[in-house]
Amino acid sequence: MSHSLSATQNGEIQGLGKSQHERMRHDHLITSKQLSRADIETVLDRAAEIDADPSAVADRHANSVLGLLFFEPSTRTKMSFETAMKRLGGSVIDMGSIESSSVKKGETLADTVRVTEGYADALVLRHPKQGSATMASEFVDVPLLNAGDGAGHHPTQTLLDLYTIRENAGLDDLTIGIMGDLKYGRTVHSLSYALTNFDTRQHFISPESLQLPRDVVYDLHQQGERTQIREHDSLEEILPSLDVLYVTRIQRERFPDENEYQKIAGEYQIDLETLEDARDELTVMHPLPRVDEIAPEIDDTDHAAYFEQAHNGIPVRMALLDLLLENHTRGDTDE
Amino acid sequence: MSDDHDHHDGHDDHELRVSKIRSGTVIDHVRGGQALNVLAILGIDGSDGEEVSVGMNVPSDRFARKDIVKVEGRELSQDEVDVLSLIAPDATINIVRDYDVIEKHRVERPDLVEEVLSCPNTGCITTGDEPVSSRFEVLDDGVRCGYCETIVRDGIPSLIDT
Repeated sequence: MSHSLSATQNGEIQGLGKSQHERMRHDHLITSKQLSRADIETVLDRAAEIDADPSAVADRHANSVLGLLFFEPSTRTKMSFETAMKRLGGSVIDMGSIESSSVKKGETLADTVRVTEGYADALVLRHPKQGSATMASEFVDVPLLNAGDGAGHHPTQTLLDLYTIRENAGLDDLTIGIMGDLKYGRTVHSLSYALTNFDTRQHFISPESLQLPRDVVYDLHQQGERTQIREHDSLEEILPSLDVLYVTRIQRERFPDENEYQKIAGEYQIDLETLEDARDELTVMHPLPRVDEIAPEIDDTDHAAYFEQAHNGIPVRMALLDLLLENHTRGDTDE
Repeated sequence: MSDDHDHHDGHDDHELRVSKIRSGTVIDHVRGGQALNVLAILGIDGSDGEEVSVGMNVPSDRFARKDIVKVEGRELSQDEVDVLSLIAPDATINIVRDYDVIEKHRVERPDLVEEVLSCPNTGCITTGDEPVSSRFEVLDDGVRCGYCETIVRDGIPSLIDT
């Protein structure tokens, strides 16, 4: 395993690779691109330990406070972070809705994070602007976790996705199909980047108008020598080869015409009949909420892993908070 | 090093179009039509009283037409001119003292350009009121915003922050 140190231009990464304590050595979690294979394995291993015995960490961060800064509505991600922190013994403070905060008075994000870092030991940020988490991290010393920056990244979702894939199918020698809205779906982009750390064959299935953005394809090719990437307009031809099928929602508002939406979305929905040609071991995932992409009749089959996936957000976010808070507490003595 | 900086393209009548300078910087072999963008990138608008001469679409051996920019009284550093590689990759920089070219170099592509371009992505955090300056990574065939990661390959001159 590599011990090499490296740094990005904005300094968001302090060091990569496993240290002797096998700790993740980032200050912040901004994008899945910053994560090496060793980093990912450190988080997932810690999550597995916590999953197996949550009581062992129940008081671990009893004096720590997590600050939640959600500039966009979110229920699941926010609740999941809140639960994760509480199960580590810590407490949570919440900026509340934008309408009732200083943001309404025109405060910049840079000022908001500089003020709130004085109240909390770590911050979680969701913001509609791309690059907001990168910028915010440049203004604070406490660990900052990106919980979604517009159409940008959502790395904690990625880590819980990876955890679910590892538990169900393993991360190496993996054939995964990622289907639906690949153009606007940030979970898809983040997951694809992260998977380039592993030996994977990634198949992207979408209508032409919702294909992966070319910039993302460019990055995947740059990043992943070990990754094969193929794009398809139909699931049929590759379904039998898949270990994992990751389905995302095609949003109605992406289509000007209702009939067009119905026609196209219908081609990317799955039910028991669709899965007849699938392997018995196929794992079906979805970041939720779903509308009608996955028929409820699949819920009771061994294929369905999407509720498990949602629940995995707790041990994975507990692991991340644990690692980042531990890093931060140890401070500058690390080197 | 000594060179008659006006005559290296073999057009003896250049001095009729753009006069020689005594001391300063001559930016030559700029792609035709980009001279004003060169000045914009360098932040030179004449307001500081510099003597600036611009030749546009001048006949050239290397290109059919080229632009040439002369700035009297300012010697530009390598860092300052490297940013020109984004719009004038073939430019040559001549540093002139007492009518002699004392240094001559090419622009090199930098890894990063800061506070020069503004991001075209309206969803990017740098386009709001935040106290942050722009930062672009320079790729082989374009630039990438250091915040929202948008890649721009065409139309880079239009992003110049003036």
